[in-house]
Amino acid sequence: MHFISPVLWQFLIKWLTYFAIFPPEASSIAPYADALYFFLVAISVVGLGAVAFLVVTFSIRYRKEMNPVATPIEGSTLLEATWTIIPLILFMICFVWGALLYFRIYSPPPNAMNVYVVGKQWMWKVEHPGGQHEINALHIPINRPIQVTLISQDVFHSFSIPAFRVKREAIPGRYNTEWFEATQVGTYHLFCTQYCGTLHSQMIGEVVAMTPEDYEAWAAGATSGNSLAQNGERLFASLGCNSCHNSGPNAHGPNLANVYGSHLQMKSGSFVTVDDAFLRDTILNPTMHEVAGYAPIMPTYQGQVSEEGLIDLVEYIRRLDSQYRIDQTINNSAAQPIQTGATPTGTSSPALAPGTVKP
Amino acid sequence: MSTIVTLPDQSTATLPKVSYLNKEYGLKSWLLTGDHKRIAVLYMISITFFFFIGGAMAGLIRLELLTPPSDLLAADTYNKVFTAHGIVMVFLFLVPSVPATIGNFLIPIMVGAKDLAFPKINLLSWYLYVVAGIMILCVLAFGGVDTGWTFTTPLSTHYLNTHVVAAGLAVFVAGFSSIFTGLNFIVTIHRMRAPGMTWFRLPLFVWSHYAASILMVLGTPVLAITLVLVVLERTIGIGVFDPTKGGDPLLFQHLFWFYSHPAVYIMILPGMGVISEVISTFSRKRVFGYTAVAFSSVAIAVFGFFVWAHHMFVMGISSYSALVFSLLTMLVAVPSAIKIFNWSATLYKGSITFETPMLYAFGFLGLFTIGGLTGVFLGSMGMDIHLTETYFIVAHFHFVMVGGMLMAYLSGVHFWWPKITGRMYPEGVSKLAAVITFVGFILTFFPQFLLGYLGMPRRYAAYPPEFQVLNVFSSAGASVLGVGYLLPLLYLTWSLKYGKIAGANPWQATGLEWQIQSPPLTENFVETPIVTHEAYDYEWLESKKGSEVPTVG
Repeated sequence: MHFISPVLWQFLIKWLTYFAIFPPEASSIAPYADALYFFLVAISVVGLGAVAFLVVTFSIRYRKEMNPVATPIEGSTLLEATWTIIPLILFMICFVWGALLYFRIYSPPPNAMNVYVVGKQWMWKVEHPGGQHEINALHIPINRPIQVTLISQDVFHSFSIPAFRVKREAIPGRYNTEWFEATQVGTYHLFCTQYCGTLHSQMIGEVVAMTPEDYEAWAAGATSGNSLAQNGERLFASLGCNSCHNSGPNAHGPNLANVYGSHLQMKSGSFVTVDDAFLRDTILNPTMHEVAGYAPIMPTYQGQVSEEGLIDLVEYIRRLDSQYRIDQTINNSAAQPIQTGATPTGTSSPALAPGTVKP
Repeated sequence: MSTIVTLPDQSTATLPKVSYLNKEYGLKSWLLTGDHKRIAVLYMISITFFFFIGGAMAGLIRLELLTPPSDLLAADTYNKVFTAHGIVMVFLFLVPSVPATIGNFLIPIMVGAKDLAFPKINLLSWYLYVVAGIMILCVLAFGGVDTGWTFTTPLSTHYLNTHVVAAGLAVFVAGFSSIFTGLNFIVTIHRMRAPGMTWFRLPLFVWSHYAASILMVLGTPVLAITLVLVVLERTIGIGVFDPTKGGDPLLFQHLFWFYSHPAVYIMILPGMGVISEVISTFSRKRVFGYTAVAFSSVAIAVFGFFVWAHHMFVMGISSYSALVFSLLTMLVAVPSAIKIFNWSATLYKGSITFETPMLYAFGFLGLFTIGGLTGVFLGSMGMDIHLTETYFIVAHFHFVMVGGMLMAYLSGVHFWWPKITGRMYPEGVSKLAAVITFVGFILTFFPQFLLGYLGMPRRYAAYPPEFQVLNVFSSAGASVLGVGYLLPLLYLTWSLKYGKIAGANPWQATGLEWQIQSPPLTENFVETPIVTHEAYDYEWLESKKGSEVPTVG
């Protein structure tokens, strides 16, 4: 063809190079999603084929030239029942299959590695617990489940990785999560799919899936030196949180050691499981979450802590596994960063504060 | 026996001396009319105007998407253009399309009444529509709005400095226009049926309009309230949707989709009514399973109210409510499937002819089937995660709204054109237009399904280069589609003066509207008709023709 028109040839080459019709299957979820997709395509083809067959056959067989006089027919309960029940059964299969897939996509395994993502107009800010900060990029190891905790600091965004078949909305004021496990090394599109204003189409990035070794190398090289928990620790001290949350005999606030994941009794008598969303919300709206046994004296930190700061605090409290750490914070107040992983574990923690219940 | 005045047929037809078109002359006689037929014509002119404005926006969108970078339009302009396309097409074209034009013209005649129950409210409804339309035009002229037609908070309330308040109020006003139309239809269908016109003798067109009217009356106020809240949040900061004030941004999504999902059925149900009439007439047979088709309209209206949260599967609603809404979404697909198969079965042992309305109806059957089945993809929760907010959604609702509703509208306009104007449209060129529209449509929107599965997000002014080939197909198709829509505008206008004179009943159809002169008298019927036959009774029509001496009314 190139001897007919070189320009056209170049054009075709370029087109075919860039022509895609099916996205890469790069996560452990993708084959499951694609299986449902092909099933749905199959029933669509059958359904459309049935309608097309009926319309074309009848149009030929009963056109006026062939059949000058129509035969009146009222209907047929049997036939109508048939084409009520068969689609109903097919749609119910789609429902059950889709529901199973939904729970598979949105139920993270307990050993997932957590990554925080903050959406803002018009970028994705990725915060790794180890202190790696990225903009519009996400580096992950393959064959390891990754959980993304999403939040937006302004409008709705949506964190979509088509090659992994996952997507979740980043909403202001609440954490949403999604998870995936990459199976193929490669670079994939990361899109914001919820319209978020002028540069919506530039709120894109890439997901780099690497072998675990490459990932370790990247993580070591890209870290800012302070883990999120360390940043959180400094923030905890600088905001003066430890003046109340210090587990002393006259402490005004609940002890935070081991609070993450525990069931906390509220003033209303109900129990709440402490998770990321709860911690974030108690920092911003403390009066809405009054813990039993404590006076509602905590001020709101609305507007004083950024979404990243909140993530740091949550990450810090999540890792507070002993009173020793809090004492360390009080004593050090961020003078020397402490390796979170190296916390002495043998230290006995004081008796649990009232209102907290060991899980 | 019949008291209906009939005219001699097409070969010897002449235009009646007096009709609703020439009873009074002058602009004032149109602008102050209470006649549902004249209001229908006013509506038809105005929605056609807005259709071509919305269409021009669509053309700009497709031109921009011809190449990956945002080169023809800047991102900001692109956002304003797709917002204008959405708002104009949804609120100023699709919602009023069939009901306010063909429905307005035909519902009173089909039930055997002289007019709608509230003629002045009907006129008010058109004026509200015009006010809303002018407000939208002003918004566009003064710089546009870039919220998307969904007005998503907090983007619309806190982060944009375009004319959100004016656009929101325009949609609010347009909503009242639609509420009034729905109210008028419900009262007319309940109270003004001619003697003998029982519920199960009503044409299916009336049934589907009845179902759509219920949705309009019950759903639209929720949209109105929601938009008022958006306006108040934007102007005085009441904080219903603002999380920093304790509001819930998901609440907006619930409220908006509580209207906007049923709105899809407001748009499609009247179109389904058109298809029932057309397929019956051109296969000379009663619609197969009349009762099932009638009740499936009502079922769609009822179930349609309880599926809205399927727009929110990825937004973090609870898994259990997602399950319930997914299940109900599957159930609402069933009545549509019933209708499709019943229409197909109507052709069985018919005596089928292929005039233009029938070609458009066949186009509807094919495209709506694809649109409906791809809706099942999206109702299926796990699949929706990957497909939502991509071009798959765009393709899906264009198949339903444009492939379904617009095909039905054009089918209806051609079918009743002789009744509305008294003249025939040119058959040859209109068949060509129907085929062009069908081919252009497939070429435009089918590639978008593939783009959606690839993951191309909607509302992107720029996109990665590997999506270009499919986008070029889509833009090429859009230009074909444009020709398909311009042709009817031209030849229908031409036919107003040069079309063949139609006569009362050019299709030999059974509806009451075909038993009166074309164009009808202002009061529709000389005497109130007494209905003694079922809908779509072609034997009754034959016997009537044999036994009656035609008289000119």
